[in-house]
Amino acid sequence: MRAPSSDLPIVLAGVSFEAGANKILDSLNLTIAPGPPTLIVGPNGAGKTSLLRICMGLSSPSAGRITWGGRADRAPLRRAIVFQRPVMLRRTTAANVAYVLAQAGVPRQHRASRAAELLNRVGLADLAARPARRLSGGEQQRLALARALARDPEILLLDEPTANLDPAATRSVEDIVLAAAGSGIKILMASHDLGQVRRLAGDVIFLVRGRLCERKLVVDFLDSPSTPEAARFLRGDLVI
Amino acid sequence: MSRFWSLAFAGLFCAIANGAPASAADRSIVVASTTSTQDSGLFGYLLPIFTAKTGIEVKVIALGTGQALDTARRGDADVVFVHAKAQEQKFLAEGFGVKRYDVMYNDFVLIGPNSDPAGVKGKDIATALKTIQEEAAPFVSRGDRSGTHEAELALWKQTGIDIATVKGAWYREIGQGMGAALNTANAMNAYVLSDRGTWISFKNKGDLSIVVEGDKRLFNQYGVMLVNPEKFPSVKKELGQTFVDWLISGEGQATIAGYKIGGQQLFFPDVER
Amino acid sequence: MSDQLNAWQLILNGDAALYAIVRLSLAVSLSAVALAAMIGMPLGALLALTRFPGRPVLVVLLNAMMGLPPVVVGLAVYLLLSRSGPLGAFGILFTPAAMVMVQTVLIVPIIAALTRQTVEDLWVEYRDELAAMDVGPVGRMATLLWDARFSLLTALLAGFGRAAAEVGAVMIVGGNIDGFTRTMTTAIALETSKGNLPLAMGLGLILVAIVIAINAAVWGTRAWSERQAG
Repeated sequence: MRAPSSDLPIVLAGVSFEAGANKILDSLNLTIAPGPPTLIVGPNGAGKTSLLRICMGLSSPSAGRITWGGRADRAPLRRAIVFQRPVMLRRTTAANVAYVLAQAGVPRQHRASRAAELLNRVGLADLAARPARRLSGGEQQRLALARALARDPEILLLDEPTANLDPAATRSVEDIVLAAAGSGIKILMASHDLGQVRRLAGDVIFLVRGRLCERKLVVDFLDSPSTPEAARFLRGDLVI
Repeated sequence: MSRFWSLAFAGLFCAIANGAPASAADRSIVVASTTSTQDSGLFGYLLPIFTAKTGIEVKVIALGTGQALDTARRGDADVVFVHAKAQEQKFLAEGFGVKRYDVMYNDFVLIGPNSDPAGVKGKDIATALKTIQEEAAPFVSRGDRSGTHEAELALWKQTGIDIATVKGAWYREIGQGMGAALNTANAMNAYVLSDRGTWISFKNKGDLSIVVEGDKRLFNQYGVMLVNPEKFPSVKKELGQTFVDWLISGEGQATIAGYKIGGQQLFFPDVER
Repeated sequence: MSDQLNAWQLILNGDAALYAIVRLSLAVSLSAVALAAMIGMPLGALLALTRFPGRPVLVVLLNAMMGLPPVVVGLAVYLLLSRSGPLGAFGILFTPAAMVMVQTVLIVPIIAALTRQTVEDLWVEYRDELAAMDVGPVGRMATLLWDARFSLLTALLAGFGRAAAEVGAVMIVGGNIDGFTRTMTTAIALETSKGNLPLAMGLGLILVAIVIAINAAVWGTRAWSERQAG
């Protein structure tokens, strides 16, 4: 039986993150609330991945506090993450999903049908018996999504999931993400692609050198940025 | 696939279980004997006859005499069958054995290269050893507290040579069994003292042959003892005593005499009547 | 075994003593590998995934123990199993069980050390995913061991090779008893000491052939499995 508490809202208060001598995130104050997808954008090195890892609970802040639904304990009860390069377990596609279901406590007799359902949702039903390591890049990313959805998450975090995919694969992934958002899952996604931002976002978090530069609804960000960095970024200039 | 592996493992463990520790009902004894006796092939001939008659399986551990007696001192053997009377009597005096019986004898022979560099062929053993030492001709010693090693040391002593002080690079102690010593002597073109039984059945004689034999001082006596069950209650005293009794019985003695290689008798039964 | 025939004739004639020796050698070494895997793989995985003070020392020691001299291990186990020793009451000395025991001791470090390295390398790759899936410590060990199974197979083969080749330890604790604890390697040592060099060499070639055959079988199984599991 899952704990009834929620992981939302995620509240960051004065969160900094350092790796060695580098300050990657600098005094962030953020709230991630239920609602349409939130996309995190910014130049490379802005700290998008670190922010996602902290929100997922994989890393701890060096300073400041983060709470999930008011709780400070890091156990990822109702969140799941998809990495830019997912790691496939050395077994079949269906077995990968079944593994996550088992870890999440789903009883053995229900796993096969749940796995089939999830594979259907991501369009991998035909490839259920194929070794996961032999899937294409796009297929592996869809499998990673199926695994994440298998945890029945409230929040789905994604770290530039389509950065290495061709447009067709990108389209499939975006469709799945939108469908998940439509079914009530909060999406928190880092993206490098402004087109993707326009297609998916509800609101945008714009990071530059680890600092929160702008936080707005997507249309407002894209059409009327309020900071010079955002303006340069949207123009395609390098933001140093 | 996993069913295959569990079956495979089950099969393996069954195979091992067949060699599981002896239960009370299993009729076998452990005899600590010497490598020379084993290498001569005597046990291969003798034991099946004994087992057929009594149903007792004899497991022979072949070591140097010193090691064989030490194995018994630790209680890991039921019977000892070795050929170093002084060590055996010490063993008995320490209370580890019940009673010692003479069983058989063979003799030692001095083996050397056909070229005989020290020129000792046909001499008596004392002269031969003295010459070898003076000429510093290569000589291989067992060096392992075995019966043969004890006999070799005794012979040096009888010759008046204190081998511990005068040994040089020519005297090569290998700390191994008779077969290994003969292999080494063959490879090094050296002299070596061997028991006749091992020599006759040895297959790698190469360029070696007997240079001295028949000297009364080369006599090699074998004795058998039951390990004292009062020291080690785990000793199988009835089965062990059956083996000892058979060895010294008329039938056992005749069987020993019947063991021949190439028509030559190797061991001569000599139980005192 | 008749000393007059050479090794090949023994195989062709189906010499019972030869087959018994081969069976015993395989049974002892394969059992030792199985036992050592059950002990060494969880141990290696545990060492790979945990951090504690003194861990580097333990890792170095484990690696060093891959080179344990077999005669030393044989002697130590002999003293343990001797009637005068602490485990003497079980009467295991001079039986195949003692030989399995001593070979297991010899190859646990090999399997554990190689497992540790393999799992540690894999952990770097899997760490984030497994943390994200909220996998507990036991689950991590099991998952990494299973996913590393093809590399671990090589560790098992290394262990088997060591066990099958070993003569000193099994000679000491087994006693090389004819028809009971005589393995290929101790038989080769015996025939050599009897001067029966051609037969000893023939037996040696048979042993090598068997080890090659086992390696080939494992290779085939691995290739087949990799096709199934990717």
